Amino acid sequence: MSDQAIPEVSAAAVAEEPPGPGGTPGPRRMVLNMGPQHPSTHGVLRLLLELDGETIMKCQPDIGYLHTGIEKEFEQKNYQQAVTLTDRVDYLAPLSNNLGWCLAVEKLLGLEIPPQAQWMRVMLTELTRIQSHLVWLGTHAIDIGAMSVFLYCFREREDILRIFEMFSGQRMMTSYFRIGGLALEPPRGWHQRVKKFIDAFPSKVDEYESLLTNNRIWTGRTKGVGVISLEDMLDLGVTGPMLRAAGLKIDARKDEPYSSYEKFDFEVPTKTENDVFARYQVRVEEMRQSARIVKQALEGMPAGPWKADAPHVVLPDREKMKTQMEALIYHFKIVTEGFRVPEGEVYQVIESPRGELGYYVVSDGTAHPYRVHMRTPSFGNLQCTPVLIVGSLIADVIASIGSEDFVLGDTDR
Amino acid sequence: MLPENLRQYAIASAVETFDADAIVAGAFDRGELTLEIAPGKIVSICGFLKYDQKFVRLSTVTAVDRYPAEPRFEVVYHLHSVVHKQRVRLKCRVYGADPAIESVTSVWRGANWYEREVFDLFGIRFLNHPDLRRIMLPDDWEGHPLRKDYPVTGTRI
Repeated sequence: MSDQAIPEVSAAAVAEEPPGPGGTPGPRRMVLNMGPQHPSTHGVLRLLLELDGETIMKCQPDIGYLHTGIEKEFEQKNYQQAVTLTDRVDYLAPLSNNLGWCLAVEKLLGLEIPPQAQWMRVMLTELTRIQSHLVWLGTHAIDIGAMSVFLYCFREREDILRIFEMFSGQRMMTSYFRIGGLALEPPRGWHQRVKKFIDAFPSKVDEYESLLTNNRIWTGRTKGVGVISLEDMLDLGVTGPMLRAAGLKIDARKDEPYSSYEKFDFEVPTKTENDVFARYQVRVEEMRQSARIVKQALEGMPAGPWKADAPHVVLPDREKMKTQMEALIYHFKIVTEGFRVPEGEVYQVIESPRGELGYYVVSDGTAHPYRVHMRTPSFGNLQCTPVLIVGSLIADVIASIGSEDFVLGDTDR
Repeated sequence: MLPENLRQYAIASAVETFDADAIVAGAFDRGELTLEIAPGKIVSICGFLKYDQKFVRLSTVTAVDRYPAEPRFEVVYHLHSVVHKQRVRLKCRVYGADPAIESVTSVWRGANWYEREVFDLFGIRFLNHPDLRRIMLPDDWEGHPLRKDYPVTGTRI
């Protein structure tokens, strides 16, 4: 074989190659089916890649393997029950989803949430952002070949999951935010626990950075890879850290503050290089900023009630329910038929770790939502994949799609 | 016709100046502006909002089934202007018999998957869409689950 000359083929000649019969790829092209069980797709994404040698000429993403009809299921639940569905959409950021849903329904109800509940929500959502970015960083690094980062990231993630467990009794499907406030009173000793974690966390981020930022293999695999123009991204519905890595300062926490984010002092990190490395830098900086927000929330946590004064919406305290007739009636009504929400429609946007998370809720005045649509960031981000990877090498596909940071549950719903 | 009380909102009056016939109705509720657009004019209004009013982002396209009322479907578009930090909701009412509306993929390429999702789950066809296939469900699935007359319990006999 070795002395048989392999003919040189220029990329231009292959691009002009006529397709085979029935629109199939010509003889020089190969179709590669990546997924739906490929480990680097973190779930069940299938990519149909048309290759010329190692260059991607065409890409067709195929999603829907995790579609569970959550939007339809919302219509069967009452408003309070539906909180548990939102956890399961983006299972790496359950509290962000809880928050989006609760804010949307509270906007429909016109409900005022007490400051302590708002601050507690901010604190826990920022811990969720750190947790989600840690999973992303660990798995992204493992895809590119940096094995040990994963172990460091999951060490801190475990601490955060333990904090969630302390608050809600659950590690991942927390459902800790309820319409009108929180599900349970914040547990005894939460302050020391969160403080201990967040004081140590910035030095942990330094550890990750010392493993990666100046690592020649890491920079070689990520710098200049996965570049896509800002116009393309805006046009295709990309949001979140990907836009910020392209220099656009867009963040719903600053632009359309919710849940008293306007009271916190933090930066929105941006980069202009717009490659996989820039997205890594943006997310690492976001972890530091989230830690800042958590610290401020710890220091300035207002005292007072942790759920709204709205007996027709919020379940009464156990003690009251057992001693007061009125509280018992409200408890019975809320548990058996839920509460009615005035007619109307809202679109509530929050900044999830992945980008713009929007809840479009339509109410017809009954105790069940008439229609719920989730504008999930992963769905929009994933849509840019063909533009992102066509023309790059197949080895860079892993790095590029990893930098999108999608969760397939979030995409397929 | 734009309702009188919506003239104070810059976007609403800009759309009215551009094409007064396109607006069927409108509302401002809970801080959110909704404009109901005649289905035939949706592409030109979207183009105007994107290029003239800087609504560079299409957040999402979805639909609401008002069964058994007619026109049965509402196709809902959420637009976002990054520069002005504003959002607007557009709505088109579509009749239930063979529902179809013009696709806005010519304005935002990102509408592609959102319209495929609406086609898949509601059965609304988008005319001049580049790749109108099911996206969530298998290709041989029967029915459109997010329609209100789609059964949620029981097995098919």
